[in-house]
Amino acid sequence: MNKQMTGIGASSKRREDVRFLTGKGQYTDDINRHGQLYAHFVRSEVAHGKITKLDASAAAAAPGVAHVFTSKDFEGVGGVPCGWLITDKNGEPMKEPKHPILAEGKVRHVGDPIAVVVAETLAQARDAAELIDLEIEELPAVIDMREALKGGVAVHDEAPDNLCYDWEFVAENKAAVDEAIARAAHVTTLELVNNRLVANPMEPRCAIGEYDRAGDQHTLYTTSQNPHVIRLLMGAFVLGIPEHKLRVVAPDVGGGFGTKIYHYAEEAFVTFAAKKLNKPVKWTASRSEAFMSDAQGRDHVTKVELALDADNNFTALRCLTHANMGAYLSTFAPCIPTWLHGTLLAGNYRTPLIFTNVKAVFTNTVPVDAYRGAGRPEATYQLERVIDKAARELGVSPIALRKQNFIKPDQFPYQTPVAVVYDTGDYDATMDKVVEMADLAGFDARKAEAKSRGKLRGLGFAHYIEACGIAPSSLVGALGARAGLYEAATVRVNPTGSVSVFTGSHSHGQGHETTFAQVVSDMLGIPEDQIDIVHGDTNRVPFGMGTYGSRSLAVGGSAIVKSVEKIVSKARKIAAHLLEASEADITFEDGQFKVAGTDRAKAFGEIALAAYVPHQYPIEEIEPGLEETSFYDPKNFTYPSGGYACEVEVDPETGVVKVCAFHAADDFGNLVNPMIVEGQIHGGVAQGIGQAMLEHCTFDADGQPQAGSYMDYAMPRAADMPMVNIDSSCVTPCTHNPLGVKGCGEAGAIGSPPAFVNAVIDALAERGVTHIDMPLTPQAVWKAIHGASAVAAE
Amino acid sequence: MASVSMTVNGKAVSGEVEGRTLLVEFLREGLELTGTHVGCDTSQCGACVVHVNGESVKACSVLAVAVDGADIRTIEGMAAPDGTLSVLQQAFQDHHGLQCGFCTPGMVMSAADLLQKNADPSEQEVREWLEGNICRCTGYHNIVKAILAAAATLRGEKIAAE
Amino acid sequence: MYAFDYVKPASVADAVKALSAEDAQPISGGQTLIPTLKQRLGQPSALVDLTKIADLVGIEAGSDSVLVKGATTHAAVAAHEGVMQAIPGLAKLAAHIGDPQVRNRGTIGGSVANNDPAACYPAAVLGLGATVLTDRREIAADDYFQGMFTTALEEGEIVTGVRFPIPEKSAYAKFVQPASRFALTGVYAAKLKGGVRVAVTGASESGVFRWAEAEAALASNWSPEAVETLAAPAADGMIGDIHGAPDYRAHLVKVMTKRAVAAA
Repeated sequence: MNKQMTGIGASSKRREDVRFLTGKGQYTDDINRHGQLYAHFVRSEVAHGKITKLDASAAAAAPGVAHVFTSKDFEGVGGVPCGWLITDKNGEPMKEPKHPILAEGKVRHVGDPIAVVVAETLAQARDAAELIDLEIEELPAVIDMREALKGGVAVHDEAPDNLCYDWEFVAENKAAVDEAIARAAHVTTLELVNNRLVANPMEPRCAIGEYDRAGDQHTLYTTSQNPHVIRLLMGAFVLGIPEHKLRVVAPDVGGGFGTKIYHYAEEAFVTFAAKKLNKPVKWTASRSEAFMSDAQGRDHVTKVELALDADNNFTALRCLTHANMGAYLSTFAPCIPTWLHGTLLAGNYRTPLIFTNVKAVFTNTVPVDAYRGAGRPEATYQLERVIDKAARELGVSPIALRKQNFIKPDQFPYQTPVAVVYDTGDYDATMDKVVEMADLAGFDARKAEAKSRGKLRGLGFAHYIEACGIAPSSLVGALGARAGLYEAATVRVNPTGSVSVFTGSHSHGQGHETTFAQVVSDMLGIPEDQIDIVHGDTNRVPFGMGTYGSRSLAVGGSAIVKSVEKIVSKARKIAAHLLEASEADITFEDGQFKVAGTDRAKAFGEIALAAYVPHQYPIEEIEPGLEETSFYDPKNFTYPSGGYACEVEVDPETGVVKVCAFHAADDFGNLVNPMIVEGQIHGGVAQGIGQAMLEHCTFDADGQPQAGSYMDYAMPRAADMPMVNIDSSCVTPCTHNPLGVKGCGEAGAIGSPPAFVNAVIDALAERGVTHIDMPLTPQAVWKAIHGASAVAAE
Repeated sequence: MASVSMTVNGKAVSGEVEGRTLLVEFLREGLELTGTHVGCDTSQCGACVVHVNGESVKACSVLAVAVDGADIRTIEGMAAPDGTLSVLQQAFQDHHGLQCGFCTPGMVMSAADLLQKNADPSEQEVREWLEGNICRCTGYHNIVKAILAAAATLRGEKIAAE
Repeated sequence: MYAFDYVKPASVADAVKALSAEDAQPISGGQTLIPTLKQRLGQPSALVDLTKIADLVGIEAGSDSVLVKGATTHAAVAAHEGVMQAIPGLAKLAAHIGDPQVRNRGTIGGSVANNDPAACYPAAVLGLGATVLTDRREIAADDYFQGMFTTALEEGEIVTGVRFPIPEKSAYAKFVQPASRFALTGVYAAKLKGGVRVAVTGASESGVFRWAEAEAALASNWSPEAVETLAAPAADGMIGDIHGAPDYRAHLVKVMTKRAVAAA
């Protein structure tokens, strides 16, 4: 069969689309359980305060109300746990204050849950919530990280100076880096902000708890990227429910982008309340509620210094970062600015000496955790901005400066000075490709034409690397992870030869039902429609770690491959028996087991039937049945990379930036479904441009959110985006997973912000502008032009 | 409580609603048509777009009682009775115009309204029309492609029929 | 939302009567009102739906004025041949309010009665020197708008229509707030028989206002260059938020005025 029509490498249409296009998807909020009650959370309206009075008696007596929960109901119940321990520069563990299900005497951010009204209807719950007699003595809030570190006001008593940890990496390099910078021929310094974002999957979070008293069985339906992780964290650390009594189902999930990785208080709440009230309990976030209860992203303030020798070789990099944790530690928050950020500071470059110091800070803001890219966008942004600035200061081409310092193809595997070993890559190839795509040669003419219309045109480049396929368990264990990061898959061949694959990965838009079926189809030589992919239910799939960090194909797909290999191996034995041949003489191709050199053959389906109807079967040597489970633990991260280019036009009169063109040349290793890969880049680039141009989650000095809904938080819309020009022809396959794949889910969001900002700075260079912090809103751009020309005039 | 009757996807339905019941609540909870989604509470996202008497509206910002007697079409009513996807739905699948699927019903309903008003929209017109529909997954690239492709197919069908 | 009764009068008289009930409130499209009520920021006893009153729907384009009845949707104004010919600036303004779905429900009466400081219609009503018609009187635009969310309307008074004089030329230039799609700053500039009017929405803490200096400059020289020579209006009193500080908004007033004149 034509390789391009089916299997690995084909742009197979997505099978999941039909249900989504006809309104037949089943998202958590589409589920209603018989007799269910509705939960409404009463949340803090102040950023910091002491609860001095909380009397819910009137609310509890209101029509339809089953119970009003407060922290008193959760005495003896654990807090929401953190899944990653960071050890600070002095060898001390990070500060890890309790994150209670409901506030215990104190509220620490706007949106911190205080009480929950559970009633027969949502309207009754909301009505009753207004009857709660709540008094809060407002305390001064700490919002700015540097101010927070001065102490005086503590978010948690355990951290009087609001420092969660003070981390150094690579600590042994500190003195050498300082010295290299001191004696460098040139040092480029840049202070920048990686702006706080709200992930905003279009489906708001939702959770339904259910309890079956007869079997002492709990069920949680939830909007999660990783149901087993939720079962583990909530069962073991919060509610004390053993795994066999707790089922977690994540059905169709409407986007995640990281923010649905974490275990949230609302999930534990509905599970707990369902048992207490002996009825199903449902909670669905409003969008406004999502803005104050979903873990947010980024929020780093960084000073980066790049040292170069007289020949423009990078000699050292120093990066001092403050990372906002928000008011509590979300599940993976501590690892984002450390291990997912510090280890990527080499980028694509041979910089020999790197040092970073990260201070993680508690503030009276919504917790921050991984958002698409997580740590890697922050690393890439500072590198690609500081390199561009260095090129401008030195009067050299930013492309040439990058290429001069790239790790070269013959240097792989490459040991970076920041712990990780890159397996493969060809950065010159992707850079050259994107320069060609961007028509650099024609840019001057386009710029001149724009100028004739009063517009300033700019072209910016960036090159990124990321570490995906998270992650080798022994390595992350040594770095503080409190879980393994393998993936699991069961491949069940049914008696008539169709296949059900049970994967621990979770699809919330990535198209696993299609892509994974392509892999299995290719390996077994059976049509894709003979293969079903099952995910998202802890009672059906083996213990898996879920989907994040662009890991599903590289890790989850590898687990499937391993299981299919076991299936083929067993089937070969059965075939040898049925064909009365030696196992060594059996070949398997296009779904047929053949005796080499003869026309004797058995189709895969015949082998499956023999395995389940073992009448003529080597029963002494092989068990009946054809089903295999594998747990795949990756040997290394994967390292996708790519060159991005962005062309913009600035209206100097208003500061409006128009994205005229965007080009992406990525190396993702081998591709299984190019159509889906392109879709991932489109979406990632839109999120990156959203970060760079539009989105900003800010709080005022009192901790009130200033962009707490879509009335003020600017999401990218269709008219903000150009068509994205994509090339994935530069391929250096991953060397350590069976498919040679690297992962593509986050790349777009990592490479696009620096490309966009570099383009705008390129456009504004003639006006004396050297940097603008994201987002580059019209006002920010106008003020930069205005300020720069005012300075120039003086 | 008030009684409302309307035609939904060609079928006469009726029910009891409060004055404050939103059309989207009536569809999702009253009629169990859960294809119409709620993605925000400030009328920006467009996941809830349905047609009322042929015009696209946001079902989260319309009272159910206010559309008493109206002809409503939702995503569940877009495919043929035998399940065959409409040209527009098929174009979304062919061009990978959806990922997580949550905004998709609203996108399809909004785009269907555009195509009945403008059979030959430019790329820019499609992008501007989608001002009231937010997608977080696709970067809009393939949504725009799908709508333009559907428009071309529909024009072809129209020419062929004439 | 809190519970309320829904009333569907068939005539203006019935609507006025229904609105005399305590805490009753009109709804005329509800594209701002319903989201507001969803946040529980209001608690009406009843909502009186004006959009079912046949007398309140429609457009009458005359030789020297255009009457848009109160419950006429933005989409209807945008698509109306008569409006497009007589006052293309008004049709274009209506075509860019909110988004297509908002335009299919939202009405001119609702917009003008609410007088959101960032709404588009108030700029056209004031910029064209239109007359607001109510169930009991006619109010000149200059008397009608009285600050953010404040108008000359009495308790229970219904906007039945807006009568726009047909200008020699006019246009609206909108700088969109990227999240809400309201106007961060919008300027309606019109050259009328009686002179030039320039009305600004989105910018001022006092709601829609006329920019007198621009009107004077344009009266003698209707051109973008005439605006170019002006100083931007004072930043003092302009709205400041995360999307635009007062000085930026003041600057945009000037830029959008130039663009409106150029487009007219």
